[in-house]
Amino acid sequence: MPLIPTASQTVGPFFNFALTADAALGAVAGPEAPGERIRLALRLLDGAGEPLRGDAMVEIWQAGADGQFAGAEETAGAGFRGFGRRETDTDGVCVFETVKPAAEPGSRGGAQAPHINLHVFARGLLRHLCTRVYFSGEPANSGDEALALVPAERRATLLAQPSPDEPGLWRLDIRLQGEGETVFFDV
Amino acid sequence: MKIYPPPPPGTQPENACDAYRSTLLRAPRLAPVPLPHTPTELAGPRFDRLSISGESNLTNRGSAEPQGQRIVVAGKVIDEDGRPVRGALVEIWQANAAGRYLHSRDHHPAPLDPNFAGAGRALTDDDGVYRFLTIRPGAYPWRNHPNAWRPAHIHFSLFGAAWASRLVTQMYFPGDPLIPLDPILQSIPDEEAKRRLMSSFELDLTEPVWALGYRFNIVLRGREATPFEEPPCR
Repeated sequence: MPLIPTASQTVGPFFNFALTADAALGAVAGPEAPGERIRLALRLLDGAGEPLRGDAMVEIWQAGADGQFAGAEETAGAGFRGFGRRETDTDGVCVFETVKPAAEPGSRGGAQAPHINLHVFARGLLRHLCTRVYFSGEPANSGDEALALVPAERRATLLAQPSPDEPGLWRLDIRLQGEGETVFFDV
Repeated sequence: MKIYPPPPPGTQPENACDAYRSTLLRAPRLAPVPLPHTPTELAGPRFDRLSISGESNLTNRGSAEPQGQRIVVAGKVIDEDGRPVRGALVEIWQANAAGRYLHSRDHHPAPLDPNFAGAGRALTDDDGVYRFLTIRPGAYPWRNHPNAWRPAHIHFSLFGAAWASRLVTQMYFPGDPLIPLDPILQSIPDEEAKRRLMSSFELDLTEPVWALGYRFNIVLRGREATPFEEPPCR
């Protein structure tokens, strides 16, 4: 008889001094990490379209440019770590400096397009939200097994868009509720 | 194929919970899309090599002892099969003894303590055990409803073996009269699941002439995928 996982509770409004004070935890890919450097700017919005200003946190987890995940030895290194954590700023935005992940296999021989896993924590969220970021225009998106589970009309909520002005910068709004609500996954 | 089973119904809170007012504009209205676990969800960041020894004592950060009741908070982190989760990063944060956080947006008119920051980190050992030395946090008022007070609690953040094991929760203290009134804890439908967020006072963890001991064990999502491992330890 398996044990029952401990219940989640909100991260609350006052996590910053403990969880996001260590700037190194936001560095997903150190200077020696191989691959195409990108910056991912995520803006968190509530059901009224207001940014989540400072009382929200995003964690990301991704494969590297070789499609592999980092091991423990990369925790503090200059190479690829794959994990990042940032609080939102006063505009509801957090920016991750990383490399573009490569495609990786799926759950049962299926395919996955390059993607970044996201966890969203905030005051007002009793459980963290799970979603993914994909890259707009990526040919592999059409064969991705997770995107295929999402109703076609909602897939755009997961597609980061390249900035026309700044090469390497990708932007995506995460709408927690309401018009254009982001697709969240039951993981 | 889900490798980890979903938690039994009622044992986790739903985000839509009107009694907790902050959820009203933040809880998604559409059902989440079920996602089979892929390599992305089954891998996860490892923090085994972080140099954080010494960060498990929250009482020695200032020039003097912090105000309040000194306590040991310790427990075991295990997976759904009862196996210890080794090298798990455990982060905690809390208010001080007066119920005030070291945070620019906490405007509760209670004193800050120059000797208490309220944040700590530890890695579980080979038996999945963590241990913190801290002070008992105070209850504090919040603006959720008239005369609302949060029960004393310590926030916990844990990384297990996989991205899908991620947990952020709160530990409460036994016998706290604010517990039945707290919409955040009461958002969990299942009574047993609520009770499991209650720490227990234990004389075995209590240090003579020094600190009261509270135990808080944590179960993370995750089951052994291969049949070749050693049997579960219970």
